[in-house]
Amino acid sequence: MKQTIIPLGPYHPLLEEPEHFKLYVEGEKVVDLDVEIGYNHRGIEKLSESKTWDQVPYLVERICGICSTSHPMAYCLAVEDLVGCEIPKRAQLIRVVVCELERIHSHLLWVGLAGHFIGYNTVWMWAWKYRETILEICEKLTGNRNHYAMFKPGGVRRDFNKEQIEFALEKIVDVEKPIRMLTDAILDDPVIHKRLKGIGVLTKREAVNYSALGPTSRGSGVPWDVRYDEPLDGFKDLKWKVIVQKDGDVFSKGVVRLLECFESVSLIKQALLNLPEGGAIDADIKEVPQGEGCGRYEAPRGEVFHYVRSDGSNMPYRHKVRAPTFNNLPTFKASCKGETIADVALITASIDPCYCCTERVAVVDKNNNEKILREKDLVKLSVGKTKNIMKKIGKTPALYNLEI
Amino acid sequence: MAKKNNQKVMKNLKKKLKKDIIDIVQPRENRIYMRVKPEKAPGIVEYLFSKYKCKLCTASGMDMREGIEIIYHLAKEDENMIINVKTLIPYSKLEIESIGKKIKAFRWIEREINEMLGVKFKGHPDMRRLLLADSFPKGKYPLRKNFKNSDVTDEDYDYERSGI
Repeated sequence: MKQTIIPLGPYHPLLEEPEHFKLYVEGEKVVDLDVEIGYNHRGIEKLSESKTWDQVPYLVERICGICSTSHPMAYCLAVEDLVGCEIPKRAQLIRVVVCELERIHSHLLWVGLAGHFIGYNTVWMWAWKYRETILEICEKLTGNRNHYAMFKPGGVRRDFNKEQIEFALEKIVDVEKPIRMLTDAILDDPVIHKRLKGIGVLTKREAVNYSALGPTSRGSGVPWDVRYDEPLDGFKDLKWKVIVQKDGDVFSKGVVRLLECFESVSLIKQALLNLPEGGAIDADIKEVPQGEGCGRYEAPRGEVFHYVRSDGSNMPYRHKVRAPTFNNLPTFKASCKGETIADVALITASIDPCYCCTERVAVVDKNNNEKILREKDLVKLSVGKTKNIMKKIGKTPALYNLEI
Repeated sequence: MAKKNNQKVMKNLKKKLKKDIIDIVQPRENRIYMRVKPEKAPGIVEYLFSKYKCKLCTASGMDMREGIEIIYHLAKEDENMIINVKTLIPYSKLEIESIGKKIKAFRWIEREINEMLGVKFKGHPDMRRLLLADSFPKGKYPLRKNFKNSDVTDEDYDYERSGI
Protein backbone atom coordinates (compact mmCIF):
# COMPACT_ATOMS: atom_id res chain seq x y z
CA MET A 1 0.00 0.00 0.00
CA LYS A 2 1.11 3.55 -0.61
CA GLN A 3 2.80 5.20 2.35
CA THR A 4 1.82 8.73 3.26
CA ILE A 5 3.57 11.08 5.66
CA ILE A 6 1.37 13.04 8.05
CA PRO A 7 3.13 15.80 9.94
CA LEU A 8 1.74 16.51 13.41
CA GLY A 9 3.09 19.85 14.53
CA PRO A 10 5.38 21.80 14.81
CA TYR A 11 3.02 23.12 17.46
CA HIS A 12 2.01 19.83 18.83
CA PRO A 13 -1.32 19.28 20.59
CA LEU A 14 0.11 17.45 23.53
CA LEU A 15 3.16 18.90 25.19
CA GLU A 16 3.76 22.40 26.31
CA GLU A 17 6.83 22.46 24.11
CA PRO A 18 6.25 22.74 20.41
CA GLU A 19 7.40 19.60 18.67
CA HIS A 20 6.96 17.83 15.42
CA PHE A 21 5.83 14.28 14.74
CA LYS A 22 6.10 12.68 11.35
CA LEU A 23 3.60 9.85 11.05
CA TYR A 24 4.21 7.35 8.30
CA VAL A 25 0.79 5.91 7.56
CA GLU A 26 -0.61 3.23 5.31
CA GLY A 27 -4.31 3.97 5.03
CA GLU A 28 -5.39 4.59 8.62
CA LYS A 29 -2.59 2.61 10.25
CA VAL A 30 0.56 4.28 11.53
CA VAL A 31 3.54 2.16 10.48
CA ASP A 32 6.37 4.34 11.73
CA LEU A 33 6.90 7.62 13.50
CA ASP A 34 9.65 10.17 13.77
CA VAL A 35 9.92 12.82 16.49
CA GLU A 36 11.65 16.15 16.03
CA ILE A 37 12.17 18.42 19.00
CA GLY A 38 14.27 21.50 19.64
CA TYR A 39 11.83 24.27 18.72
CA ASN A 40 11.92 25.46 22.29
CA HIS A 41 15.61 25.03 23.10
CA ARG A 42 16.53 27.83 25.50
CA GLY A 43 20.06 26.90 26.56
CA ILE A 44 19.24 26.69 30.25
CA GLU A 45 22.20 24.41 31.01
CA LYS A 46 24.61 26.95 29.57
CA LEU A 47 22.84 29.85 31.28
CA SER A 48 22.99 28.03 34.60
CA GLU A 49 26.80 28.06 34.44
CA SER A 50 26.68 31.85 34.76
CA LYS A 51 24.32 31.99 37.77
CA THR A 52 25.27 31.65 41.41
CA TRP A 53 24.18 28.58 43.37
CA ASP A 54 21.29 30.50 44.94
CA GLN A 55 20.04 31.95 41.66
CA VAL A 56 19.78 28.63 39.82
CA PRO A 57 16.54 27.44 41.57
CA TYR A 58 14.66 30.42 40.07
CA LEU A 59 16.05 29.58 36.66
CA VAL A 60 15.23 25.86 36.72
CA GLU A 61 11.78 26.63 38.11
CA ARG A 62 11.01 28.18 34.75
CA ILE A 63 11.92 25.09 32.73
CA CYS A 64 8.33 23.91 33.02
CA GLY A 65 5.20 25.63 34.23
CA ILE A 66 3.53 22.47 35.50
CA CYS A 67 6.56 20.81 37.14
CA SER A 68 7.69 24.07 38.66
CA THR A 69 8.64 22.50 41.98
CA SER A 70 10.19 19.32 40.64
CA HIS A 71 13.16 20.95 38.93
CA PRO A 72 14.17 23.14 41.90
CA MET A 73 13.65 20.11 44.16
CA ALA A 74 15.99 17.92 42.07
CA TYR A 75 18.53 20.74 41.83
CA CYS A 76 18.46 21.34 45.60
CA LEU A 77 18.87 17.61 46.22
CA ALA A 78 21.87 17.60 43.87
CA VAL A 79 23.53 20.51 45.68
CA GLU A 80 22.77 18.92 49.07
CA ASP A 81 24.30 15.68 47.79
CA LEU A 82 27.40 17.63 46.76
CA VAL A 83 27.69 19.48 50.07
CA GLY A 84 26.67 16.45 52.12
CA CYS A 85 24.27 18.20 54.48
CA GLU A 86 21.02 17.02 55.98
CA ILE A 87 18.05 19.33 55.91
CA PRO A 88 15.80 19.95 58.96
CA LYS A 89 12.72 17.79 59.45
CA ARG A 90 10.28 20.68 59.16
CA ALA A 91 11.75 21.71 55.81
CA GLN A 92 11.54 18.12 54.54
CA LEU A 93 7.83 17.93 55.30
CA ILE A 94 7.10 21.37 53.83
CA ARG A 95 8.76 20.12 50.65
CA VAL A 96 6.55 17.03 50.66
CA VAL A 97 3.41 19.18 50.92
CA VAL A 98 4.33 21.52 48.06
CA CYS A 99 5.53 18.69 45.80
CA GLU A 100 2.43 16.57 46.31
CA LEU A 101 0.07 19.53 45.74
CA GLU A 102 1.80 19.97 42.42
CA ARG A 103 1.34 16.30 41.59
CA ILE A 104 -2.43 16.43 42.21
CA HIS A 105 -2.97 19.54 40.10
CA SER A 106 -0.83 18.19 37.28
CA HIS A 107 -2.65 14.83 37.22
CA LEU A 108 -6.08 16.49 37.32
CA LEU A 109 -5.07 18.74 34.43
CA TRP A 110 -4.15 15.67 32.41
CA VAL A 111 -7.37 13.82 33.26
CA GLY A 112 -9.42 16.84 32.22
CA LEU A 113 -7.68 17.22 28.89
CA ALA A 114 -7.84 13.51 28.13
CA GLY A 115 -11.56 13.63 28.88
CA HIS A 116 -12.04 16.58 26.55
CA PHE A 117 -10.16 14.80 23.81
CA ILE A 118 -12.34 11.70 23.81
CA GLY A 119 -15.48 13.83 23.99
CA TYR A 120 -16.16 13.65 27.73
CA ASN A 121 -16.46 17.33 28.44
CA THR A 122 -18.05 16.64 31.82
CA VAL A 123 -14.84 14.98 32.93
CA TRP A 124 -12.90 17.99 31.72
CA MET A 125 -15.07 20.47 33.61
CA TRP A 126 -15.16 18.43 36.80
CA ALA A 127 -11.44 17.68 36.88
CA TRP A 128 -10.55 21.32 36.39
CA LYS A 129 -13.10 22.46 38.92
CA TYR A 130 -11.48 20.38 41.65
CA ARG A 131 -8.02 21.34 40.46
CA GLU A 132 -8.97 24.91 41.28
CA THR A 133 -9.25 24.02 45.00
CA ILE A 134 -5.72 22.61 44.90
CA LEU A 135 -4.44 25.82 43.31
CA GLU A 136 -6.19 27.80 46.06
CA ILE A 137 -4.29 25.78 48.66
CA CYS A 138 -1.05 26.44 46.77
CA GLU A 139 -1.78 30.16 46.75
CA LYS A 140 -2.54 30.22 50.45
CA LEU A 141 0.55 28.22 51.41
CA THR A 142 3.14 29.69 49.07
CA GLY A 143 1.68 32.93 47.76
CA ASN A 144 1.49 31.72 44.17
CA ARG A 145 -0.72 29.45 42.13
CA ASN A 146 2.30 28.30 40.15
CA HIS A 147 6.05 28.96 40.32
CA TYR A 148 6.09 28.76 44.10
CA ALA A 149 9.75 29.76 44.64
CA MET A 150 9.72 27.76 47.89
CA PHE A 151 12.98 25.83 47.67
CA LYS A 152 16.59 26.71 48.14
CA PRO A 153 19.64 24.50 48.58
CA GLY A 154 19.52 23.41 52.22
CA GLY A 155 15.84 23.88 52.93
CA VAL A 156 12.84 26.01 52.10
CA ARG A 157 12.45 29.77 51.89
CA ARG A 158 9.13 30.25 53.69
CA ASP A 159 7.52 28.62 56.69
CA PHE A 160 3.85 27.70 57.08
CA ASN A 161 1.92 29.35 59.90
CA LYS A 162 -0.94 27.84 61.88
CA GLU A 163 -3.69 29.52 59.90
CA GLN A 164 -2.27 28.31 56.58
CA ILE A 165 -1.98 24.74 57.82
CA GLU A 166 -5.58 24.71 59.05
CA PHE A 167 -6.83 26.14 55.76
CA ALA A 168 -4.90 23.53 53.75
CA LEU A 169 -6.07 20.62 55.90
CA GLU A 170 -9.69 21.70 55.67
CA LYS A 171 -9.60 22.14 51.89
CA ILE A 172 -7.68 18.94 51.18
CA VAL A 173 -10.21 16.90 53.17
CA ASP A 174 -13.01 18.65 51.25
CA VAL A 175 -11.51 17.94 47.86
CA GLU A 176 -10.83 14.26 48.43
CA LYS A 177 -14.49 13.26 48.21
CA PRO A 178 -15.27 14.84 44.82
CA ILE A 179 -12.04 13.47 43.34
CA ARG A 180 -13.07 10.02 44.58
CA MET A 181 -16.47 10.48 42.94
CA LEU A 182 -14.85 11.56 39.66
CA THR A 183 -12.42 8.64 39.74
CA ASP A 184 -15.16 6.10 40.40
CA ALA A 185 -17.28 7.56 37.60
CA ILE A 186 -14.40 7.30 35.14
CA LEU A 187 -13.36 3.81 36.17
CA ASP A 188 -16.97 2.53 35.97
CA ASP A 189 -17.73 3.97 32.56
CA PRO A 190 -18.08 1.23 29.92
CA VAL A 191 -17.37 3.54 26.99
CA ILE A 192 -14.11 4.83 28.47
CA HIS A 193 -13.05 1.23 29.02
CA LYS A 194 -13.76 0.36 25.40
CA ARG A 195 -12.20 3.55 24.11
CA LEU A 196 -8.92 3.52 26.05
CA LYS A 197 -8.14 -0.10 26.85
CA GLY A 198 -5.67 -1.80 24.55
CA ILE A 199 -4.74 1.49 22.87
CA GLY A 200 -1.07 2.42 22.59
CA VAL A 201 0.31 -0.50 24.54
CA LEU A 202 3.86 -0.08 25.83
CA THR A 203 5.06 -3.49 26.95
CA LYS A 204 7.07 -3.94 30.12
CA ARG A 205 10.08 -4.99 28.08
CA GLU A 206 9.97 -1.89 25.88
CA ALA A 207 9.46 0.33 28.93
CA VAL A 208 12.69 -1.05 30.41
CA ASN A 209 14.54 -0.86 27.08
CA TYR A 210 13.68 2.81 26.67
CA SER A 211 14.12 3.55 30.41
CA ALA A 212 10.60 5.01 30.49
CA LEU A 213 9.77 6.98 33.62
CA GLY A 214 6.91 7.94 35.88
CA PRO A 215 3.32 6.95 35.08
CA THR A 216 4.51 5.76 31.67
CA SER A 217 6.65 3.03 33.24
CA ARG A 218 4.33 2.38 36.20
CA GLY A 219 1.42 1.90 33.80
CA SER A 220 3.48 -0.84 32.13
CA GLY A 221 4.22 -2.73 35.33
CA VAL A 222 7.68 -1.29 36.05
CA PRO A 223 7.51 -0.06 39.66
CA TRP A 224 10.04 2.77 39.44
CA ASP A 225 9.29 5.66 41.76
CA VAL A 226 12.24 7.72 42.95
CA ARG A 227 10.43 8.90 46.08
CA TYR A 228 10.25 5.27 47.16
CA ASP A 229 13.46 3.90 45.63
CA GLU A 230 15.90 6.59 46.67
CA PRO A 231 14.17 6.91 49.40
CA LEU A 232 13.82 10.66 49.70
CA ASP A 233 13.97 12.42 53.05
CA GLY A 234 10.50 13.23 54.27
CA PHE A 235 8.81 10.56 52.19
CA LYS A 236 10.44 7.62 53.93
CA ASP A 237 8.70 8.19 57.28
CA LEU A 238 5.22 8.58 55.78
CA LYS A 239 2.85 5.78 54.85
CA TRP A 240 2.00 5.47 51.16
CA LYS A 241 2.32 3.04 48.31
CA VAL A 242 3.49 3.08 44.70
CA ILE A 243 0.64 2.63 42.20
CA VAL A 244 1.45 0.13 39.46
CA GLN A 245 -0.76 -1.12 36.60
CA LYS A 246 0.19 -3.96 34.30
CA ASP A 247 -1.41 -3.38 30.90
CA GLY A 248 0.66 -0.50 29.56
CA ASP A 249 -2.22 1.06 27.57
CA VAL A 250 -3.61 4.59 27.81
CA PHE A 251 -6.20 3.44 30.34
CA SER A 252 -3.53 2.06 32.71
CA LYS A 253 -1.60 5.31 32.61
CA GLY A 254 -4.79 7.19 33.42
CA VAL A 255 -5.58 4.86 36.32
CA VAL A 256 -2.06 5.32 37.71
CA ARG A 257 -2.51 9.09 37.63
CA LEU A 258 -5.97 9.06 39.20
CA LEU A 259 -5.03 6.70 42.03
CA GLU A 260 -1.81 8.60 42.69
CA CYS A 261 -3.92 11.64 43.54
CA PHE A 262 -5.21 9.83 46.64
CA GLU A 263 -1.72 8.82 47.72
CA SER A 264 -0.77 12.47 47.38
CA VAL A 265 -3.78 13.61 49.44
CA SER A 266 -2.79 11.12 52.13
CA LEU A 267 0.85 12.28 52.03
CA ILE A 268 -0.17 15.94 52.37
CA LYS A 269 -2.43 15.18 55.33
CA GLN A 270 0.25 13.14 57.09
CA ALA A 271 2.94 15.76 56.43
CA LEU A 272 0.80 18.65 57.68
CA LEU A 273 -0.27 16.78 60.81
CA ASN A 274 3.27 15.62 61.62
CA LEU A 275 4.92 19.00 61.05
CA PRO A 276 7.24 19.53 64.04
CA GLU A 277 6.57 22.66 66.10
CA GLY A 278 8.91 25.50 65.22
CA GLY A 279 12.55 24.77 64.51
CA ALA A 280 14.80 25.59 61.59
CA ILE A 281 13.65 25.36 57.98
CA ASP A 282 17.07 25.85 56.44
CA ALA A 283 20.41 24.05 56.86
CA ASP A 284 22.22 27.28 55.99
CA ILE A 285 24.72 26.26 53.33
CA LYS A 286 27.45 28.89 53.35
CA GLU A 287 29.64 27.67 50.52
CA VAL A 288 29.70 24.87 48.02
CA PRO A 289 32.97 22.93 48.03
CA GLN A 290 34.63 21.29 45.03
CA GLY A 291 32.87 18.11 44.01
CA GLU A 292 29.87 16.68 42.26
CA GLY A 293 26.37 15.59 43.13
CA CYS A 294 23.33 13.92 41.59
CA GLY A 295 19.79 14.77 42.59
CA ARG A 296 16.63 13.15 41.38
CA TYR A 297 13.01 13.61 42.20
CA GLU A 298 9.78 12.07 40.95
CA ALA A 299 7.95 14.81 39.05
CA PRO A 300 4.31 14.18 38.03
CA ARG A 301 5.58 12.84 34.71
CA GLY A 302 8.57 10.86 35.94
CA GLU A 303 12.03 11.17 37.31
CA VAL A 304 13.77 14.54 36.99
CA PHE A 305 17.54 14.19 37.09
CA HIS A 306 20.00 16.97 37.88
CA TYR A 307 23.77 16.68 37.99
CA VAL A 308 25.98 19.49 39.27
CA ARG A 309 29.73 19.81 39.41
CA SER A 310 31.49 22.51 41.39
CA ASP A 311 35.03 23.79 41.00
CA GLY A 312 34.79 25.60 44.34
CA SER A 313 33.56 28.90 42.92
CA ASN A 314 30.15 30.47 43.48
CA MET A 315 28.71 29.09 40.24
CA PRO A 316 28.21 25.54 38.93
CA TYR A 317 30.97 24.37 36.59
CA ARG A 318 28.43 22.17 34.86
CA HIS A 319 24.74 21.66 35.46
CA LYS A 320 23.00 18.90 33.58
CA VAL A 321 19.21 18.76 33.52
CA ARG A 322 17.21 15.83 32.26
CA ALA A 323 13.44 16.10 32.27
CA PRO A 324 11.30 12.92 32.21
CA THR A 325 9.90 13.59 28.76
CA PHE A 326 13.37 13.18 27.26
CA ASN A 327 13.20 9.49 28.11
CA ASN A 328 9.47 9.09 27.52
CA LEU A 329 9.15 10.62 24.04
CA PRO A 330 11.16 7.94 22.19
CA THR A 331 8.74 5.28 23.53
CA PHE A 332 6.19 6.42 20.93
CA LYS A 333 8.18 4.48 18.37
CA ALA A 334 7.08 1.37 20.28
CA SER A 335 3.57 2.36 21.35
CA CYS A 336 2.20 4.14 18.25
CA LYS A 337 2.95 1.51 15.61
CA GLY A 338 -0.16 -0.15 14.27
CA GLU A 339 -2.52 2.42 15.77
CA THR A 340 -4.88 4.74 13.87
CA ILE A 341 -4.43 8.48 13.44
CA ALA A 342 -7.43 9.15 15.72
CA ASP A 343 -5.60 7.37 18.54
CA VAL A 344 -2.06 8.65 18.01
CA ALA A 345 -2.88 12.10 19.37
CA LEU A 346 -4.30 10.41 22.48
CA ILE A 347 -1.35 8.05 22.90
CA THR A 348 1.06 10.92 22.67
CA ALA A 349 -1.12 12.61 25.29
CA SER A 350 -0.80 9.66 27.59
CA ILE A 351 2.72 10.58 28.68
CA ASP A 352 2.19 14.28 29.22
CA PRO A 353 -0.78 16.53 29.82
CA CYS A 354 -0.70 19.75 27.85
CA TYR A 355 -2.37 19.68 24.48
CA CYS A 356 -4.28 22.90 24.63
CA CYS A 357 -1.70 24.38 22.26
CA THR A 358 -2.92 22.39 19.25
CA GLU A 359 -2.22 24.27 16.11
CA ARG A 360 -2.70 22.18 13.04
CA VAL A 361 -2.19 18.88 11.38
CA ALA A 362 -1.42 18.95 7.69
CA VAL A 363 -2.12 15.89 5.61
CA VAL A 364 0.39 15.92 2.77
CA ASP A 365 0.02 13.52 -0.09
CA LYS A 366 2.93 12.56 -2.28
CA ASN A 367 1.21 14.37 -5.18
CA ASN A 368 1.57 17.59 -3.18
CA ASN A 369 -2.09 17.79 -2.32
CA GLU A 370 -2.30 19.51 1.01
CA LYS A 371 -5.10 19.42 3.52
CA ILE A 372 -5.00 21.07 6.89
CA LEU A 373 -6.55 19.39 9.90
CA ARG A 374 -7.00 21.82 12.76
CA GLU A 375 -7.53 21.05 16.43
CA LYS A 376 -11.29 20.84 15.86
CA ASP A 377 -10.86 18.19 13.18
CA LEU A 378 -8.57 16.14 15.38
CA VAL A 379 -11.03 16.30 18.26
CA LYS A 380 -13.82 15.37 15.82
CA LEU A 381 -11.90 12.27 14.71
CA SER A 382 -11.41 11.19 18.29
CA VAL A 383 -14.97 11.99 19.40
CA GLY A 384 -16.32 10.17 16.35
CA LYS A 385 -14.62 7.01 17.48
CA THR A 386 -16.17 7.32 20.94
CA LYS A 387 -19.60 7.78 19.37
CA ASN A 388 -19.19 4.65 17.28
CA ILE A 389 -18.37 2.65 20.39
CA MET A 390 -21.48 4.04 22.09
CA LYS A 391 -23.62 2.98 19.14
CA LYS A 392 -22.23 -0.52 19.40
CA ILE A 393 -22.87 -0.71 23.13
CA GLY A 394 -26.26 0.87 22.62
CA LYS A 395 -26.36 3.40 25.44
CA THR A 396 -25.13 6.82 26.39
CA PRO A 397 -23.62 7.00 29.87
CA ALA A 398 -24.74 9.78 32.15
CA LEU A 399 -21.17 11.08 32.28
CA TYR A 400 -21.14 11.84 28.58
CA ASN A 401 -21.89 15.25 27.20
CA LEU A 402 -21.51 15.77 23.49
CA GLU A 403 -21.60 19.51 23.18
CA ILE A 404 -18.30 20.86 21.93
CA MET B 1 11.98 0.14 50.68
CA ALA B 2 15.62 -0.03 49.68
CA LYS B 3 17.83 -2.25 51.77
CA LYS B 4 20.94 -1.10 53.57
CA ASN B 5 23.45 -3.25 51.73
CA ASN B 6 25.39 -0.43 50.26
CA GLN B 7 28.73 -2.19 50.05
CA LYS B 8 27.22 -5.00 47.99
CA VAL B 9 27.04 -3.09 44.69
CA MET B 10 30.56 -1.76 45.19
CA LYS B 11 31.91 -5.26 45.81
CA ASN B 12 30.07 -6.70 42.80
CA LEU B 13 31.35 -3.99 40.50
CA LYS B 14 34.91 -4.36 41.72
CA LYS B 15 34.78 -8.10 41.21
CA LYS B 16 33.23 -7.98 37.74
CA LEU B 17 35.00 -4.99 36.23
CA LYS B 18 38.25 -4.93 38.16
CA LYS B 19 40.68 -4.79 35.27
CA ASP B 20 38.79 -2.09 33.35
CA ILE B 21 38.36 0.46 36.13
CA ILE B 22 40.95 3.19 36.74
CA ASP B 23 39.46 4.16 40.09
CA ILE B 24 36.15 3.78 41.90
CA VAL B 25 34.84 5.72 44.89
CA GLN B 26 31.67 5.84 46.96
CA PRO B 27 31.55 9.32 48.51
CA ARG B 28 27.94 8.96 49.72
CA GLU B 29 25.84 6.05 50.84
CA ASN B 30 24.08 5.66 47.51
CA ARG B 31 26.40 7.17 44.91
CA ILE B 32 29.27 5.41 43.12
CA TYR B 33 31.65 7.21 40.78
CA MET B 34 34.04 5.23 38.61
CA ARG B 35 36.58 6.35 36.06
CA VAL B 36 37.29 4.22 33.00
CA LYS B 37 39.14 4.47 29.69
CA PRO B 38 37.10 5.70 26.69
CA GLU B 39 37.55 2.45 24.77
CA LYS B 40 36.23 0.41 27.71
CA ALA B 41 33.33 2.72 28.68
CA PRO B 42 30.66 1.60 26.17
CA GLY B 43 31.20 -2.06 27.06
CA ILE B 44 30.90 -1.37 30.77
CA VAL B 45 27.77 0.75 30.38
CA GLU B 46 26.17 -1.88 28.16
CA TYR B 47 26.96 -4.52 30.77
CA LEU B 48 25.46 -2.38 33.54
CA PHE B 49 22.31 -1.67 31.53
CA SER B 50 21.62 -5.11 30.08
CA LYS B 51 23.08 -7.61 32.53
CA TYR B 52 23.19 -5.68 35.80
CA LYS B 53 19.64 -4.33 35.22
CA CYS B 54 20.35 -0.64 35.67
CA LYS B 55 18.10 2.12 34.38
CA LEU B 56 19.56 4.90 32.27
CA CYS B 57 19.15 8.21 34.07
CA THR B 58 21.06 10.20 31.50
CA ALA B 59 24.55 11.02 30.29
CA SER B 60 26.28 14.36 30.79
CA GLY B 61 29.04 15.70 28.64
CA MET B 62 31.30 18.40 29.95
CA ASP B 63 34.24 20.39 28.70
CA MET B 64 37.23 19.69 30.97
CA ARG B 65 39.67 21.73 28.85
CA GLU B 66 41.99 18.74 28.28
CA GLY B 67 39.11 16.88 26.67
CA ILE B 68 35.41 16.15 26.85
CA GLU B 69 34.28 14.12 29.83
CA ILE B 70 31.21 11.97 29.45
CA ILE B 71 29.43 10.68 32.53
CA TYR B 72 26.87 7.93 32.14
CA HIS B 73 24.44 8.06 35.06
CA LEU B 74 22.81 4.70 35.69
CA ALA B 75 20.46 3.84 38.54
CA LYS B 76 20.20 0.44 40.15
CA GLU B 77 16.74 0.90 41.60
CA ASP B 78 16.42 -2.24 43.72
CA GLU B 79 19.71 -1.51 45.47
CA ASN B 80 19.08 2.24 45.73
CA MET B 81 22.30 3.23 43.99
CA ILE B 82 23.34 5.67 41.26
CA ILE B 83 26.38 4.41 39.37
CA ASN B 84 28.27 7.10 37.46
CA VAL B 85 30.68 5.92 34.77
CA LYS B 86 33.10 8.68 33.80
CA THR B 87 35.38 8.72 30.81
CA LEU B 88 37.62 11.46 29.46
CA ILE B 89 37.90 11.71 25.67
CA PRO B 90 40.95 13.73 24.60
CA TYR B 91 40.52 16.61 22.12
CA SER B 92 43.01 14.92 19.79
CA LYS B 93 40.56 12.09 19.11
CA LEU B 94 37.00 13.11 19.90
CA GLU B 95 35.19 9.86 19.30
CA ILE B 96 33.71 6.98 21.21
CA GLU B 97 31.80 3.83 20.32
CA SER B 98 28.02 4.41 20.25
CA ILE B 99 25.88 2.53 22.76
CA GLY B 100 22.71 3.64 20.96
CA LYS B 101 23.30 1.25 18.09
CA LYS B 102 22.39 -1.61 20.45
CA ILE B 103 20.33 0.04 23.19
CA LYS B 104 17.59 2.45 22.09
CA ALA B 105 17.50 4.39 25.34
CA PHE B 106 20.91 5.94 24.62
CA ARG B 107 20.15 7.29 21.14
CA TRP B 108 18.77 10.71 22.01
CA ILE B 109 21.32 11.61 24.62
CA GLU B 110 24.16 10.69 22.26
CA ARG B 111 22.67 12.96 19.62
CA GLU B 112 22.53 15.77 22.19
CA ILE B 113 26.15 15.35 23.29
CA ASN B 114 27.22 15.19 19.66
CA GLU B 115 25.71 18.54 18.73
CA MET B 116 26.47 20.34 21.99
CA LEU B 117 30.08 19.23 22.49
CA GLY B 118 31.17 17.71 19.20
CA VAL B 119 31.87 14.15 20.29
CA LYS B 120 31.52 11.63 17.49
CA PHE B 121 29.62 8.44 18.33
CA LYS B 122 30.82 5.67 16.03
CA GLY B 123 28.07 3.49 14.61
CA HIS B 124 25.10 5.60 15.78
CA PRO B 125 22.16 4.82 13.47
CA ASP B 126 20.66 8.32 13.32
CA MET B 127 23.03 11.22 13.98
CA ARG B 128 20.78 14.17 13.05
CA ARG B 129 20.60 17.22 15.26
CA LEU B 130 18.25 16.89 18.20
CA LEU B 131 17.92 20.30 19.87
CA LEU B 132 19.84 22.81 17.75
CA ALA B 133 18.34 24.20 14.57
CA ASP B 134 19.45 22.63 11.30
CA SER B 135 20.62 26.06 10.21
CA PHE B 136 22.99 26.47 13.19
CA PRO B 137 26.56 26.73 11.82
CA LYS B 138 28.57 23.54 11.66
CA GLY B 139 31.61 23.15 13.87
CA LYS B 140 30.31 25.41 16.67
CA TYR B 141 29.61 23.66 19.95
CA PRO B 142 27.60 25.76 22.44
CA LEU B 143 28.36 23.84 25.62
CA ARG B 144 32.13 24.08 25.26
CA LYS B 145 33.74 26.49 27.67
CA ASN B 146 35.39 28.56 24.94
CA PHE B 147 32.08 29.22 23.17
CA LYS B 148 30.80 32.78 23.40
CA ASN B 149 27.49 34.12 22.22
CA SER B 150 29.31 36.48 19.88
CA ASP B 151 30.87 33.46 18.11
CA VAL B 152 27.68 32.91 16.16
CA THR B 153 26.11 35.83 14.30
CA ASP B 154 23.09 35.92 12.04
CA GLU B 155 25.26 35.65 8.95
CA ASP B 156 26.65 32.32 10.12
CA TYR B 157 23.26 30.66 9.96
CA ASP B 158 22.83 28.47 6.94
CA TYR B 159 19.12 28.83 6.21
CA GLU B 160 19.30 26.81 3.03
CA ARG B 161 20.05 23.71 5.06
CA SER B 162 16.93 24.14 7.17
CA GLY B 163 14.78 24.63 4.09
CA ILE B 164 13.61 28.15 5.00
